[in-house]
Amino acid sequence: MDFNLTQEQTQFADALRRWVEKDYGFENRKQIIESAEGISDKAWGGLAELGALALPVPEEQGGFNGSAIDMLVIMQELGRGIVIEPYFATVMGAEFLKKSGKHEDVLEQIAGGEVKLANALGERQSRHDLFDIATTASKTADGFAINGIKTVVLHGAQADKLIVSTRSSGAQRDTNGISLFIVDANAEGISRHDYRTIDGYRAADITFSNVQVSQDALLSTVDGGWELLDAVADYGVTLLCAESIGIMEAITAATLDYLKTRQQFGVPIGKFQVLQHRMAEMFMEMEQARSMATLAAVKIASDDVEERRCTVSAAKARIGQAAKYIGQQAVQLHGGMGVTNELPVAHMFKRLTTIELTLGDTDHHLARFVAQPGFKNAA
Amino acid sequence: MDLNYTAEDLAFRDEVRTYLEANLPQDLQQKVLNHKRLSREDFVRWHKILAKQGWVATGWPAEYGGTGWTATQRHIFEEECARAGTPAILPFGVNMVAPVIMAFGNQTQKDYYLPRILSCEDWWCQGYSEPGSGSDLASLKTRAEREGDHYIVNGQKTWTTLAQHADMIFCLVRTDTGVRKQEGISFLLIDMKTPGITVRPIIMLDEEHEVNEVFFDNVKVPVENLIGEENKGWTYAKYLLGHERTNIAAVGRAKRELQFLKRIAAKHQKNGLPLIDDAVYASKVASLEVELMALEITVLRVISQDSGRPGPEASLLKIKGTEIQQRLTELMVEAVGPYGLPFDPAFLEGETEHSIVGDDDAAPLAPYYFNFRKTSIYGGSNEIQKNIITQMILGL
Repeated sequence: MDFNLTQEQTQFADALRRWVEKDYGFENRKQIIESAEGISDKAWGGLAELGALALPVPEEQGGFNGSAIDMLVIMQELGRGIVIEPYFATVMGAEFLKKSGKHEDVLEQIAGGEVKLANALGERQSRHDLFDIATTASKTADGFAINGIKTVVLHGAQADKLIVSTRSSGAQRDTNGISLFIVDANAEGISRHDYRTIDGYRAADITFSNVQVSQDALLSTVDGGWELLDAVADYGVTLLCAESIGIMEAITAATLDYLKTRQQFGVPIGKFQVLQHRMAEMFMEMEQARSMATLAAVKIASDDVEERRCTVSAAKARIGQAAKYIGQQAVQLHGGMGVTNELPVAHMFKRLTTIELTLGDTDHHLARFVAQPGFKNAA
Repeated sequence: MDLNYTAEDLAFRDEVRTYLEANLPQDLQQKVLNHKRLSREDFVRWHKILAKQGWVATGWPAEYGGTGWTATQRHIFEEECARAGTPAILPFGVNMVAPVIMAFGNQTQKDYYLPRILSCEDWWCQGYSEPGSGSDLASLKTRAEREGDHYIVNGQKTWTTLAQHADMIFCLVRTDTGVRKQEGISFLLIDMKTPGITVRPIIMLDEEHEVNEVFFDNVKVPVENLIGEENKGWTYAKYLLGHERTNIAAVGRAKRELQFLKRIAAKHQKNGLPLIDDAVYASKVASLEVELMALEITVLRVISQDSGRPGPEASLLKIKGTEIQQRLTELMVEAVGPYGLPFDPAFLEGETEHSIVGDDDAAPLAPYYFNFRKTSIYGGSNEIQKNIITQMILGL
């Protein structure tokens, strides 16, 4: 067994960290949040230049064919810097394309930093059940017509292309009858309502009114999209888990630093045992979470679907628990400063909180873990 | 990053598994798997079987009769023993006093004691805690005064695990009262048959006689039983603490107990359905299983980092490991519901026939739960472990 990163991975992490420190500081980030666009072209160019956009793309399409562990390294660093660019959305979208084996040209454009993707999967009623789809795709003479509303699509308005989950047959909550498409974000019949999210990101509600797509836009078989959707969502979860690790490392380090410098009663507050033990708990949560993020990144590539689902859900559930504890305690230990919007700690806490609400929360994933056949089959 | 065992590791695992299948006596295995109490003879019997194979001292170098295994091999061995349900090799001789003798003892001591530990000729117990010295161990008061070629020992040790079976006790004693408390302590080996030693049982909350008080009344100990130098005992004790933490997380046993828990949760019913189908109960089991998955990886990470000698990270393993063990026993008692009440000590000691209601699985579980409350207290309480994390890792 070997838990070490390769030299390339370490170098890549260092380069990203330097880029964040130099070009994506806290003030810079604040300006991006407040800008009309909500993202930064310059930053996207920077990520492309570093190779972060080419990393997940296969070599045949000009990428580096990075592994889930490579992506773990990147997401940790973007988490540490609380980077709000549409990287997660684009990489998750790219995974749909990779797994479908279609639209290689789009993958090439992603690697070159020319195209951003968003994943229009959630709906008003669906909560965390990605199979709960009311948006319809009906057969037309030369393709499909899509109708419906997708909600809280991360970076939906900033994307050039959208991955859309639709119902092509069956009842609203069936896993059969789901079809997945890639659609031009500016196609006729699409309207996007862009808004801010509490963590500084952007999201959109997207209405599809009789949007015409060709047969070629189909990413799965007709009605057979669930396995692909489930697998890519799991991939997305491993990215979010890795991002959480980076944020938790940063917020824990900031809190430890605060305990060593903030003076009350004539001593650094880190001299008080009640705070020391809180910090020790945070450390332990951090290490347990790190173990699960690592395990998920290793098992995401497993051919054993149940093993993949089990591990990914276990990771999201455990990391969700750790993130809540660490985030809340970091704010508490920072005292009044922790509840202002002025310190990175507050922004990290907010991002940890929104990750918990994205692609299934702790309870959702614990229930999914329990629902796997192996849970009850005690050896 | 590669989380797979190598082909050699897998071959080693198979070798251990095959050996255990052939050599672990079924009656011992059943006692362990069913949470019954082990007698002195049970422990000694298993120790001697493993000794014949040369697998008692997995942490010792080969020159002293140890296996010389890598950290990964030791982990695999411990996992397989837990999976099979072997009795434990008690740590007091093999993992606690032996490393101190190897590191600080003289040649005569090594030649005499180490083979006797390997063969289980001597059963060792640990004389550390005293009534007034628990977490603050260095405040210990048991006195050893030099008189010619003997020490005269007076005082009291407590929480002495299985002292009623022991041939030898290793003790921390005060040999100098005029210096800083850590600097006046010595490490003495004492024969339990020496006149002046009295062992008094302490009955724990599960009514088991597992620990004792040991009284020393003018006990004459030859000076050649001193380890290393006089007044350097605290240094040796700290060295020992590093060894006490091998397999501290006990992940292997927890994995086995989780399977047991799921079996009884499938057997006992709630609302006319198996308990494991109850969403609230299942979610508790799932949380525990996830914690255990995480701890297993954390343990492997620690092993892969420092060739099996965990530093302060051992405190994390101890806290998380004991939390999981305790939670397992808690959920077991919850699973059997009212059958947690009937209590039959004779059944726990190995009587196969028992007179009480309930089933064989359920009868030992409440005592097991109560017994395991000790785990977050012994070996440095979990609060002391948090102090170690804050000081050694976080630098607060």
